[in-house]
Amino acid sequence: MKPVSTVTGRMVPLDRSDVDTDQIIPQQFLKRIERDGYGEFLFYNWAHTDDGTPSSDFIINDPARRGAKVLVTGPNFGCGSSREHAPWAIEQWGFEAVITPSAADIFRNNSSNVGLLVVELPQDVVSRLIDLAANPGSEVTIDLETQTVTADGIEEFFDIDPTAKNRLRRGLDPIGATLTHDDLISAHEEARDSWLPTTVEASPTS
Amino acid sequence: MTTPRTLFEKVWDNHLVIDADPSLLYADLHLVHEVTSPQAFAGLKASGRAVRRPDLTIGTVDHGIPTTGRALGIRDPLSKRQIDAMVENCREHGITLFGLDDPRQGIVHVVGPEQGLTQPGLLVVCGDSHTSTHGAFGALAFGIGTTEVEHVLATQTIWQARPRTMAVEVEGALPWGVSAKDLILGIIAQIGVSGGARHVIEYRGETIHDLTMEQRMTICNMSIEGGARAGMIAPDETTIRYIEGRPFAPEGRQWDEAVSAWERLVTDEDATFDKMVQIDAGRLVPHVSWGVNPAQTVPVTGEVPSPDSYEDPLQRDAAVRALEYMALRPGTPIFDIAIDHVFLGSCTNGRIEDLRAAAKVLEGRKVDSRVNAVVVPGSMQVKAQAEAEGLDDVFESAGFSWRDAGCSSCLAMNPDVIPAGERCASTSNRNYEGRQGRGARTHLVSPAMAAAAAVAGHFVDVREWERS
Repeated sequence: MKPVSTVTGRMVPLDRSDVDTDQIIPQQFLKRIERDGYGEFLFYNWAHTDDGTPSSDFIINDPARRGAKVLVTGPNFGCGSSREHAPWAIEQWGFEAVITPSAADIFRNNSSNVGLLVVELPQDVVSRLIDLAANPGSEVTIDLETQTVTADGIEEFFDIDPTAKNRLRRGLDPIGATLTHDDLISAHEEARDSWLPTTVEASPTS
Repeated sequence: MTTPRTLFEKVWDNHLVIDADPSLLYADLHLVHEVTSPQAFAGLKASGRAVRRPDLTIGTVDHGIPTTGRALGIRDPLSKRQIDAMVENCREHGITLFGLDDPRQGIVHVVGPEQGLTQPGLLVVCGDSHTSTHGAFGALAFGIGTTEVEHVLATQTIWQARPRTMAVEVEGALPWGVSAKDLILGIIAQIGVSGGARHVIEYRGETIHDLTMEQRMTICNMSIEGGARAGMIAPDETTIRYIEGRPFAPEGRQWDEAVSAWERLVTDEDATFDKMVQIDAGRLVPHVSWGVNPAQTVPVTGEVPSPDSYEDPLQRDAAVRALEYMALRPGTPIFDIAIDHVFLGSCTNGRIEDLRAAAKVLEGRKVDSRVNAVVVPGSMQVKAQAEAEGLDDVFESAGFSWRDAGCSSCLAMNPDVIPAGERCASTSNRNYEGRQGRGARTHLVSPAMAAAAAVAGHFVDVREWERS
């Protein structure tokens, strides 16, 4: 994953609350074993009619929205299924950030792991951004370093979990970083109780 | 004197490798299924890494597998490739797999407890949001994404920000005919779909203590539907009795040591929670969802609500959209909603007690001719147990189709897709748009309510039917 520092780009408003990951990427697209190629399936059921043609009235199909970088949406975004395919699809469509009053816990974690910046701002600020985003040309800048969001008449500080921030800024391989603590992991491992279960050497129940 | 701690805090502390923000935690059990793991195994391969503890990792296939005609193989080429990849990855890394032909195969959250792998005090992770199910044993269990699956495979650890604590205190006996499913739907209706966000819930109180393990699993399973990171219930005699003698349970002296460790896993008397919610179980009735999220439910005796009944404009807009998707009018009595399908199964309600509850309603009755009704046991062990009890005869005589185990219509990744525009009474956990198939309309209910709806062809109050 590539490091993230500043995102500047046009916004796409999706003024709905509780958008679950089943809407972001429906189940029929989870059968692939690859990590890429999900962008075209973003919000598939909302973005397509029953016969699979793109719905002209769904916002991400509007040609004026092509190249937008920031999705601005309602609270509890990304709730439900833990599928990481959701942030993959958002990122592979071309978005680099999501602005929401609140993201669901697993989605927030998954996003920081794939380099998708999730910015949580108060509802009234998000509502103003959604209003601004009605104009396809309006831009927003998110500075991860200073934790600020800037748009026409808006300048807001946002909170972000320090680890997520670090991971996004450095584009770290978290496994490599964790393995530098191998001595601590091994020490914990040695001290585990002997009765704890293992997944080997059991026979099926009759 | 030590600081009083909650159950969650005790389990958290026991797994700290690095105590910081976030903390590095050691995972005791990693459950892996075919849909969220292939990219993780591919990542390991690309970086030349091994699975650190295959002996703490278990695989099953559940999400994309057919529930009929398995001997003929998997027809969907993408699902087949995914299952084949799972088999190959587990073989290559020495991970025990409950594959398609294994008598222990089933839904990941059904087989873990059933095999005795899920035990009190463990830290359990899985690339699946319903991992919260295992919290019914007093384990800390939560869903993770595929990048985290790869991280756990490689390191057996996971970075986590410390969640806050929330107590859901349930008092009063569940009224006759009201199930654990109705209780958790009632809790979610009260706290909302994000009411548990950033929290781990501990379900407490006399009502919870009186529940069976299967009922407790139904409750903890849907913690994620309230937005919570996990749900937990303190282990007690019921928990210990359930685990004893299962294939992966400790034995002999190790059993005694385990039990004495488990007995300490209770919230200390003076410990405090960040948030408290109280529920009076005595006032609960069977619930039916009318909308497209699990908080959009009403009592079966009620009616489809008007969007105007919501004060919050966001909730009101959501209700308008939900009514449109569900093709329902405000004021329609729930009794008047006719159904086309019944799905009995899932990690929420696919266990033996769920099947018994439905079978009890179905005995001597027939499924309405307009209804397509299906039972998908949560595991092949549940299926075998049900057959030993003759439940398959009850279901088949009533007109239900009796299937092999898997996730099936809960998320419709396999051929069990509900057609667009059709309505399904489902014992699963999510009534999201398109969850059971594009355009499919899902109503969440308990197993007994689903069975009664299958017979009537529309929703009915099962309390008026159930024979004592």
